[in-house]
Amino acid sequence: MVIELSIIAAKALLVLFMVLNLAGIMGWIERKGSALIQDRIGANRAAIFGFRFLGLFHGLADVLKMFTKEDIVPAGANKTLHTLAPLFSVFFALVAFAAIPFGDRLYVGDLVSTGYIDLQVVKIDAALLYVFAMLSLGVYGVILAGFASRNNYAIMGGLRATAQMISYEIALGVSIVGVIMVYGTMNLGEMVRAQGHLIGGWIPMWGIVTQPVAFLVFVTAALAVTKRLPFDLPEAESEIIGYFVEYSGMKFGMFFLTDFLETIVVASLATTLFFGGWQVPFLMPDGFHFPWGGELLVFNWVYALLGFASFSIKVLIFCFVFMQLRWTVPRFRYDQLMNLGWKGLFPIAVVNVVVTAVVLVFLGEAS
Amino acid sequence: MLSTKPGLGGGVPLPPEGGRGKEGEGGGTVKIVRRPELTFWEKLYLPQILCGLKITFGHFFRNLFLHIAHRFGRLRHLRAGVTIQYPEELRPLMSRYRSRHRLTVREDDTPRCVGCMLCETVCPAKCITIVPGEHPDPNVEKYPIRFDIDLGVCVYCGYCVEVCPEDAIRMDTGILDLAAYSREEMQLDIHELMDPELRKPISECGLDFPHRCEVTGGGMKGSWDAVEGS
Repeated sequence: MVIELSIIAAKALLVLFMVLNLAGIMGWIERKGSALIQDRIGANRAAIFGFRFLGLFHGLADVLKMFTKEDIVPAGANKTLHTLAPLFSVFFALVAFAAIPFGDRLYVGDLVSTGYIDLQVVKIDAALLYVFAMLSLGVYGVILAGFASRNNYAIMGGLRATAQMISYEIALGVSIVGVIMVYGTMNLGEMVRAQGHLIGGWIPMWGIVTQPVAFLVFVTAALAVTKRLPFDLPEAESEIIGYFVEYSGMKFGMFFLTDFLETIVVASLATTLFFGGWQVPFLMPDGFHFPWGGELLVFNWVYALLGFASFSIKVLIFCFVFMQLRWTVPRFRYDQLMNLGWKGLFPIAVVNVVVTAVVLVFLGEAS
Repeated sequence: MLSTKPGLGGGVPLPPEGGRGKEGEGGGTVKIVRRPELTFWEKLYLPQILCGLKITFGHFFRNLFLHIAHRFGRLRHLRAGVTIQYPEELRPLMSRYRSRHRLTVREDDTPRCVGCMLCETVCPAKCITIVPGEHPDPNVEKYPIRFDIDLGVCVYCGYCVEVCPEDAIRMDTGILDLAAYSREEMQLDIHELMDPELRKPISECGLDFPHRCEVTGGGMKGSWDAVEGS
């Protein structure tokens, strides 16, 4: 019992460590990447003992600054809610990672009763629902921040966040119905395992192959969930400063962190649902089985490590693409966003579900 | 239904209500610009977003490659960023750029200024203060005992340079960083104007000719005998 608990704690710590560090590094990539896109140089002044190292220490300097800055609660604001809001945001973004599998089973012999460890913090049968619930709850942090700040612009930001979520959560939810129908499970681990099959012996049965339309709808809606450009209406620095206009110090830092955390959650979800999670093409639990006949057997720990690396690389690529999109596409106007959500993505997602159902029925009859 | 706009000389008649936009009724032509309709492919967003991504990715990888090449000393002639790293790297100034003033000098290190007061007179901001004194050379007649410019008041119009008959004042030092902690620090006297390298606080007076020396307390200092070649 103690061993199992400590294993779960170790997995949780590993995930926290990876995710928080990745969020920090994403801040650096954001600065330097946007500078490269815009023909600038980017932040390069922070130095430790004269070493600037491409401005990598700016993240560190930022965190120090955030922690030492004065924390201001505006007069007339609801102090409790004002303090709770950033905690909500970060908390729900972090706990969403608990259900995302970052690797296949790691066999450890007699250490645990089942003989293997699932590389997933907790095994939840309705993991997909859990992750989506956490993503939806994340918006409460934003609404509370706007509500508790006693500032008109903050309230505007909170209301915009609400309207945006209503427009997008439905499209997001319906878009993955097709995926659930194809793989027949809501358990993310099982879903990734199902994506390991090969179509015709060659093409991995990843979500992007079986549900390309759902993928496009999902990514668009997921970008809206992260509240970053092109859907950063709740924030919109150039119009209203947004829901965190009355926040300073580390409370603001937590909202800032949530942005990156949600990007990583969404990247992980997109990887898990549509790009085969920890699957490496043609890699079975005992080794590579190439469709042209070759075989390359590997140890179980190499297999687990490869899966972990595969998952990480896919997530990193997604994070990078999301960041590029953020620096490419301008902000949507309020009505354009509603139009896109209700008149564009939602019908497409519904049609996708219907078509998938019909195709599945025909395929089922054929076999 | 003719109305006149108050305050306009002569009362310019405006076209009758509703008459705007029609030609030949005195209303001029109004061009109606229709908002361009999006085509089907543009409404799909995705192709357009891909076009945008092509541009941003192009810049990203081009600049990334160039930065790495610069690290190895290659392709220096292609710039990867337009940033000027300000304190280390200064922006090139045009030769006609008006920067901080200086007083030009004769061969014997005395000011070319003849104390004609033209610059003080023409200055729109009234930031120049000159106290003229008698010059030993009767052909020169006068020279400045003190010459002060208050940079906190100066508008950098360059009239003083334009008006000077002796080419005695110029704005070509290239000094742009004029920030100071107090108004006093913004006031330049003859020491700083004759030597652009000097910055406040000035500890030593290097001028030989008689002048009112703010460095040593505001009294008169120097003599024409000390000036070389006189």
